[in-house]
Parts: sequence; C-alpha cells; structure tokens
Amino acid sequence: MIEQLGAWTIIRVREMGRMLLFVLSAFAWLVQPPFRFHQIMKQLHFIGYKSTFVVVLTAGFTGMVLALQGYYSLRKFGSEGLLGSAVALSMIRELGPVLAALMVTARAGSAMTAEIGIMRITEQIDALDTMAINPLQYLIAPKLVAGLIGVPLLVAIFDVVGIYGGSLVGVDLLGVSEGAYWNSIQSAVDWKDIYGGILKSISFGLIVSWICCYKGFYTRQSAEGLGRATTEAVVLSSVLILVWDYFLTSVLL
Amino acid sequence: MGLFSHLGLALEPMIKLIGVEKKLGGQPVLQGVDLTIPVGKLTTIIGRSGEGKSVLLKHMIGLMQPDRGEVWVGDVEISRLSGTRLNDVRKKFAMLFQGAALFDSLSVYENVAFPLREKLRLTGPAVARRVEEKLGEVGLAGMGHKFPAELSGGMRKRAGLARALVMEPEIILFDEPTTGLDPLMAKSIHDLIVTMHRRFGFTAVMVSHEIPEIFAISDWVAMLRKGKIASMATAAEFQRTTDPEIHEFISVGGTVALPGSLVG
Repeated sequence: MIEQLGAWTIIRVREMGRMLLFVLSAFAWLVQPPFRFHQIMKQLHFIGYKSTFVVVLTAGFTGMVLALQGYYSLRKFGSEGLLGSAVALSMIRELGPVLAALMVTARAGSAMTAEIGIMRITEQIDALDTMAINPLQYLIAPKLVAGLIGVPLLVAIFDVVGIYGGSLVGVDLLGVSEGAYWNSIQSAVDWKDIYGGILKSISFGLIVSWICCYKGFYTRQSAEGLGRATTEAVVLSSVLILVWDYFLTSVLL
Repeated sequence: MGLFSHLGLALEPMIKLIGVEKKLGGQPVLQGVDLTIPVGKLTTIIGRSGEGKSVLLKHMIGLMQPDRGEVWVGDVEISRLSGTRLNDVRKKFAMLFQGAALFDSLSVYENVAFPLREKLRLTGPAVARRVEEKLGEVGLAGMGHKFPAELSGGMRKRAGLARALVMEPEIILFDEPTTGLDPLMAKSIHDLIVTMHRRFGFTAVMVSHEIPEIFAISDWVAMLRKGKIASMATAAEFQRTTDPEIHEFISVGGTVALPGSLVG
C-alpha cells in the first residue's frame, strides 16, 4: 500500500518535472536563431483567428443569459440600473478568460494534441530530429507563443461581444435604460479588473498550449494512445484552467 | 562475436557500435551489440520481427541513447551527446523511415525542399533546381504539387528517399524501406536504393526482412539475434553459412537463395 503510494508519487513527480523541462526548453529554443516568425504567425492564425467564430458565439449567448438572470435578480431590489456593471464585471473578471480558454482548449487545443501526436506516431518528429532541426523549436515553441498571444486577444473579443450581448437582452428586450446600462459599466469597471482579466488570459493561454503540446509530444505509439492523449490534454487543461483561476482570483482580490 | 566478424574488422568503419545495451519498458532489447558499418558499403541488418532492428538503427543517429555501450560515428562518440554537438553529427546523416515520415502539411516538393531551406538556408531557384533534380532521380518528376496523403505507399517511399538524398549525406539509414509494398514495388524501391548508392557512394545501413532479395543488393549482411549480432559477412558468404539457426532463418519460405543466382 505504502509502496504503491510511493511509486505513484514518484511517477507523478517525474511527470511534472518532465512537463516543466518541456516548456522551459521550448522557451530556451525560442530565443535562439533561426527565429520562426512565419511559424508563429501560422499558429496564431490557427489558434486565434480560426477560434474567433466559436468564441463570438459563446460570448454572445453568455452575455445574453447573464443579462437575463441578472435582470430578474436585480429587479427584486429595484436596481436594474446596475445590470451593465453586473454583466461587465462577471465577463471581464471571470467568464471571459475562463470560457474563452475552455473554448480554445476544445477547438484548438485538442487539434494541436492530435496533430503533434500523429507526427509522433508517424515518426515525423523523429524525422525533424534526424535533419538536425529541434522539434521543440520548430514545432512546439511557435504554438506556445501563439497561445500566449492568441488567447488574450480572444478574451478581449469575448468580453466586448458578451457585454453587447448583455445589452441586447437587458436594454432592447427587457427595457433597462441604455444610459444606465453603459454608465454603470463605466463607473464600476476598474483598471484592476481589466488587469486581472489580462493576467488570467495570458496564463490560461500558456496552460492550454503547454498541456496540449506536451500530451501530443509524448503520445504512445498507437491509435489508442493518440485518443488517450487528446482526451487527457482536454481534461487536464480544462481542470487546470479552473483550478488556476481560483488561485489567481484569490490572490488578485 | 559473430561468425565472420574478423572480416568486418578489416574494413574502414563509418559507424561502430561497442557493447550497446538497451532496455525498453523493462525488457532487454539490445544485449551487447558489437557492429561495424563499413564506409561506402550497403550493409543490411536482418533479424526476426521485434528483435530490435529499428531500435539498433535509431541508436546510430542518436534518436535513442544506449543504456550502456558506445556508438561511434566517424571519430565522434555520440551516445552521450545532445543539442548542437549531436546536430553537427546528424548533418552527416539522412534517414528513410518505415512510413517515409513525410510532413503531412507540406506538398512533396515542400517536403524535399524542407531540409534545404531549413538547414542550408537556400531560397528560390537554387532550391527548385535541386528539388526537381532529386524528384526526377527517384521517378517523381512533375509530382511535386501532390500531398503525402495523395500518394501510394511506394511513391511516399520515393519522396522520402528524395528528401533523404537532397542534402547529399554521407550516411543514409533505411528502416524497412519496402515494408507494406507489393513485391514489384518492393523490387523497384530496392533497385532505386542500389542505383542511388552506386551513383552517390554514401554509406548505407538498411534494416529489412526481405529475404532473399536483400542478398542481391547488399554488400554486407549482419544478423541480429537475441539482442546481439549473431553474424556479419558479405552477402555471398552469408548465404553459404553452416550455422543451422541462420540457415533456417534465411531459408524461410522454402527458397534458399543461391549465391550467383541473384548476386549481380
């Protein structure tokens, strides 16, 4: 029993060490020439641009449902005028970063794991190695950078679209005054809220691309291994996003 | 030591493995491999499936590190190298993988151009000239625009070979180059390898279980058995062996290749 626990602990600790080494060496390769500007742009296009539609869709409906729920709660206290600030603060502080990162995990993260995993299984990663091209530099580092840049940008879009979605329901459907909606946002949202949201989205961007690249890179040599790697990548990065969100929030507040 | 290893020692070595041991998942795969790959020759490693032939090949180019033992490429011991110094050694190499390992996201042309652009930093017409030339040599002229997914198994191997040849390496490793191909296609790939080997004079190491075909194309044959090199000899000598186990292995399928009937 104790032995099993010990063995389990050793495996986990070793895995964590390997994950840390993975991301550190990828960043170390990033600052060495040749610089893969074109690769970074390609990944940014994939992670960022191609996720825009799904992020906009999620953001719109999230903002709308927030306004709907918020309106009926606030009406009990006769303070419908605060609807704008309620929507905007939940968006900027919590839902924007978390939901956008979860959507990126589901859409781009799983695809990244599968792509890298297939390259591993079909020996394309070994082929890079034999050509004396470091796969961490060529394949992984651009994806990490793209995650770091792409997710915050998507979160920004998410926040804006969400707030407009809220106004669509709150102002146009439920009849909150337009001036009150936008004024309450202006007076309630602080730089600290924005700053916290940016910090969150950057760290979530790193989590998604890090975990998804790592799981793909160390895929076991089989189709089953690839399936498992993709599942693990999505589950682990989603859980880590939520856990890390809690810790960041508790520190930021 | 192998049956004919005294012959191998007389040749100038390109790659030399000394006492290489490797365990995978707790199972011993290589158990003290001593092997010398002579310069400029085509050496084929045969052995049963799962004996670790591909593992052996991957040790030669530093894709795997031995648990024990030494791997020499020229006068460099590579088993403990990493990073830039390993990459310097790898510039001598090219490898044709079992599934050809072409990059899915790139066309055949881009695949062959890839090492030129990435390693030699060549651009424009210099790349085009060398890529077209290599595609022509492997019989894929005009197919550059196709993607790996659109190619047959044999064509993929040809494209992989073009990518391996384009950097004009000193050593090319072939990991079961004909696996999964029909006999005619396999023969055409073998012929292509021999033609390219004669023309460019690189050192070739091939892992295969195409018996007896490989006896006709190889200069040297080494047999891996129970994690060690059981025997290494010239192709002709190898077929005359009296060792019952080797004899049994190379005569599987009922046809013992007769020296002279295939060689040349």
